[in-house]
Amino acid sequence: MGSTITEKILAAHCGKKFVEAGEFIEPKVDIALSNDVTAPLAIKEFRKAGVKKVFDKNKIALVMDHFTPNKDILSAEHVKFVREFAKEQKIKHYYEGGNVGVEHALLPEKGIVVPGDVVIGADSHTCTYGALGAFSTGVGSTDVAAAMATGKVWFKVPQSIKFVLKGKLNKWVSGKDIILYIIGLIGVDGALYRSMEFTGETCKKLTMADRFTIANMAIEAGGKNGIFTPDEITEKYVSKRAQRKYKFYTSDKDAVYHKTLEIDCGKILPQIAMPFLPSNTKAAKDVKRTYIDQVVIGSCTNGRIEDLRVAAAIIKKGKKVNPNVRTLIIPATPEVYSQALAEGLMKTFMDAGAVISAPTCGPCLGGHMGILAAGEKCVSTTNRNFVGRMGHTKSEVILSSPAVAAASAIKGYIATPDEI
Amino acid sequence: MKDMILKGAVHKYGSNVNTDEIIPARYLNTTEPSVLAKYCMEDIDKNFIKKVKKGDIIVAENNFGCGSSREHAPIAIKAAGVSAVIANSFARIFFRNSINIGLPILESPEAVIAIKNGDKVEINLNKGIIKNLTRKEEYKSQPFPEFMQKIIKTGGLLGYIKGR
Repeated sequence: MGSTITEKILAAHCGKKFVEAGEFIEPKVDIALSNDVTAPLAIKEFRKAGVKKVFDKNKIALVMDHFTPNKDILSAEHVKFVREFAKEQKIKHYYEGGNVGVEHALLPEKGIVVPGDVVIGADSHTCTYGALGAFSTGVGSTDVAAAMATGKVWFKVPQSIKFVLKGKLNKWVSGKDIILYIIGLIGVDGALYRSMEFTGETCKKLTMADRFTIANMAIEAGGKNGIFTPDEITEKYVSKRAQRKYKFYTSDKDAVYHKTLEIDCGKILPQIAMPFLPSNTKAAKDVKRTYIDQVVIGSCTNGRIEDLRVAAAIIKKGKKVNPNVRTLIIPATPEVYSQALAEGLMKTFMDAGAVISAPTCGPCLGGHMGILAAGEKCVSTTNRNFVGRMGHTKSEVILSSPAVAAASAIKGYIATPDEI
Repeated sequence: MKDMILKGAVHKYGSNVNTDEIIPARYLNTTEPSVLAKYCMEDIDKNFIKKVKKGDIIVAENNFGCGSSREHAPIAIKAAGVSAVIANSFARIFFRNSINIGLPILESPEAVIAIKNGDKVEINLNKGIIKNLTRKEEYKSQPFPEFMQKIIKTGGLLGYIKGR
């Protein structure tokens, strides 16, 4: 019996030749990640265990990205607490201030996470790194505390669902549209506890940015991890960035899957997810005229340079954003910001009347930098549209790709890029 | 090991209760359980914290605790006095977090169907038996594994690890 890519990576990290779905294992972790919201709890728990030193100062990443630049006194106290811990423990990958980016865009960009890794993070979107061909999943602060102390984490080996992506992508269709379509198909618990493995001919056409977006939202279907088979596109991305040796794993032909779903990507049109679940999807063109108050283009899902390029091209064509729409552009990392400046994208956004923010998770989770009032609606390239996610419980978030978000910013209502 | 018995009134909710509803991000600038408890369930049920009494039990349908990895969610529930959560299914990070911080959670579709809001319920964790004292009925769940009971008694995973 063969193994899936997920099973192979997990087996390699607990010194076994083979692991089976359902088996309890305790693999070694290559990176344990935490942020300014979850690290304070993790550090308090770490202290409780009575351990003096972290298991490896090079294998812990602390990224102060959620409420930063610090939005209030309590948040500032949290960051200070984490900074002091990072200094005391000589943590190599501590990010704050001018070098901070949204964690799941930052870590792959810096080559801190690489193909073949086992990564855990006290952040649900840690599943993003599956795009590189790593096993990567979100856990809680206590799990990260235990990993910081012991270098290990307990898991039940997940069953895998194979998504075979087929067909030619329609114009404007990106990774975001594919994953929204899949979540709409299987529901927010359609992959609960399971690994979502993305394969098929269409994958060869997906950029790393598309793959990051797809793996990022595996959690929105309840998945434990999302994972792609690394290939030459992965190699090109990773080879100039990796800080460590990396390894490409692939699933065996006779690997066992819980089920296999074929996705005809040729049928997918630019998608949106209406409030209040990411599974509440439909084609953007099929929505009745819905006026909006805000657009957010950014986040760990869609704040990469490819996303800003798509948005800038549409906004440039439309010249000005609608005066009724606060349009917030949030480059995910300093590198993305710098590249967007060099390419003139930021000038396009500014000339169009958009607001440009420093890298932060900010409004995605209703933290700061773009909170909604009662009755307001926002088209956002982020990942969740739950009740109150971006502000008041009577506000609404509509999820979309950067292309649909940019078109909506111009029009003032949910629009498709073809309308510009 | 002595049987662990939990008893309280039920607060019932539907499917996909998410962590943003359990503890909105605007309160994540603290880790203090007693503060988090004050805002528990605020975005799904504004009156929850006024109604809840020590020992009470939350019952919900599918995928309870979906969304963010915030451990603040089970911490808020536990600190609000809730003794256990019963659901058809739990989101996986919420499941881990609840065990790790010592909040008993049970999967029991038969209990979820039968129990109504306000019912008085008694749970025997060792035996995995849920008694509905209001309706004089009994439902089955999985017995709570001994190591999970120990985690609860030692105040969480790290206390348990240290104890070992």
